[in-house]
Amino acid sequence: MFGYEFMQEAFIASTFIAITAGIVGVFVVSRNMSFLSHTLSEIGFAGAAFGILVGISPLAGMIIFTLVSSIAVGSLSTESSRREASISAISSLFIGLGILFLSLSSESSSYATNILFGSIVGISAKEVHQLLILALFVIVIFIICYKPLAFDSFDHIGARASGLNTRLLSVIFLITLALSVSIGAQIVGSLLVFVLLTLPGATARYLVHSVPKLLMVSVGLSLAGVWLGLYLAFVTNWPVTFFISAFEVIAYFLGLSYKNWKLSH
Amino acid sequence: MIEVKNLTKKFGKQVVFKDVNFKIENGEFVSLVGRNGAGKTTLVKILMGLEKKTSGDVIIDHKQKIGYVPQFRNIDLDYPLNIEQFIRLNLKWTMSPKQRAEDTRVVNKILKETNLIDLKDRALGLASGGEKQKAYLAQALVNMPGVLILDESTASLDVDVKIQLMDLVQELNEKSKLTVIFITHDSELTKRYTKRALLFENKTVRPMSVDEISEDMFE
Ligand SMILES: Nc1ncnc2c1ncn2[C@@H]1O[C@H](COP(=O)(O)OP(=O)(O)OP(=O)(O)O)[C@@H](O)[C@H]1O
Ligand SMILES: [Mg+2]
Repeated sequence: MFGYEFMQEAFIASTFIAITAGIVGVFVVSRNMSFLSHTLSEIGFAGAAFGILVGISPLAGMIIFTLVSSIAVGSLSTESSRREASISAISSLFIGLGILFLSLSSESSSYATNILFGSIVGISAKEVHQLLILALFVIVIFIICYKPLAFDSFDHIGARASGLNTRLLSVIFLITLALSVSIGAQIVGSLLVFVLLTLPGATARYLVHSVPKLLMVSVGLSLAGVWLGLYLAFVTNWPVTFFISAFEVIAYFLGLSYKNWKLSH
Repeated sequence: MIEVKNLTKKFGKQVVFKDVNFKIENGEFVSLVGRNGAGKTTLVKILMGLEKKTSGDVIIDHKQKIGYVPQFRNIDLDYPLNIEQFIRLNLKWTMSPKQRAEDTRVVNKILKETNLIDLKDRALGLASGGEKQKAYLAQALVNMPGVLILDESTASLDVDVKIQLMDLVQELNEKSKLTVIFITHDSELTKRYTKRALLFENKTVRPMSVDEISEDMFE
């Protein structure tokens, strides 16, 4: 399958996207932001549609929309329950907007399918490079902020008590989340990007009990899903997204059963 | 030494306390007592810079590190980290193998002191209330603070566990000259472990000897 140049590029970009998603996912789950990442992917859909309408790239539209809204969310009240209600209200608005933008733009409906369901195999070399740079950017931020971010994500109260600037960390994290949603959507589509951003991280929690191990398992599951998905899609001609989501969901339930089995032994 | 001069704190128009003056010497073990809402937690947050003062001065010499065990924590049953990893959250990032070895030595020492060494691999979410409190304490200690602030760390623990935890804190206080500020609603523990108390009353703070303490100051 690597005989085709477009497959090589798709493979490299997907690999870095999977690593990013695996890392971010551990923090998304421990910060209780699975819900927000779902909403951001819907907002990303509207952003991509907006990009098409005004003639910029869907990726750029997506990044603008998710960045602005994640920072807006970050500056909202910090109380999570109230936040969830307002977020879900906003997200319905954005799905509506996305549909409006698409119907206003003259592009064909295949564009819409690409945004919603992902299209890694169809993207250009230039786009692959953009994705790579963004993924590396996110990974570098995580390396720099690893310790304080882990403290804040796994023990927010303790991190505050120790004097960390948790507000700044929250903003930094939301920026990386917005970028991860935008680039992840390029392979699995905005409809299912939260699968890649939450399931590997959630599965890892059933298996291991330290932050470095959580990161390793989550990245491993994310990579395995994406590689297997690309391979099976190449062989069968079925959509990549189907294989990735099937793999991650199965891994999740296996992890859950393992944990329950261990608790009863 | 910690010195507070004419400290006043308001939330909007609500005065929590005003003109508070006291000193805490290095190596002292004092308790902060007073009714719910009297401002104990607010005061220690101001000492740590987590809350802004309205007016007055707080002087902490040599910029001593403060270890704080907060009053509330949100650790649920699903919490994924084990006790050792939870404690390690408070360590600084380092690449140096020497520093890493030193960190591990400190972590092990504290695990032993807090009697958590055999439980270090247990998921914190599944630990008992007393084990959790010990883990919170251990996490605050791993950073080698000169001052330790315990905010209701013994509430909701049964008597044996309370004594165990307090004995441990007392030992740290005596052996390593750790200054301890103990916020509590328990008059027996106050009398047993501390010599001096700061009583929050009538919107201010009155230092007193623990012999003067009576039950009605707490409720
Ligand atoms: N962030 C805040 N904004 C507004 N009011 C606050 C805030 N934090 C505390 N207060 C108020 O300040 C007062 C003192 O609260 P504090 O938590 O310091 O009391 P406390 O002595 O620790 O009480 P307890 O014994 O119940 O823990 C209370 O009336 C509380 O409602
Ligand atoms: Mg309090």
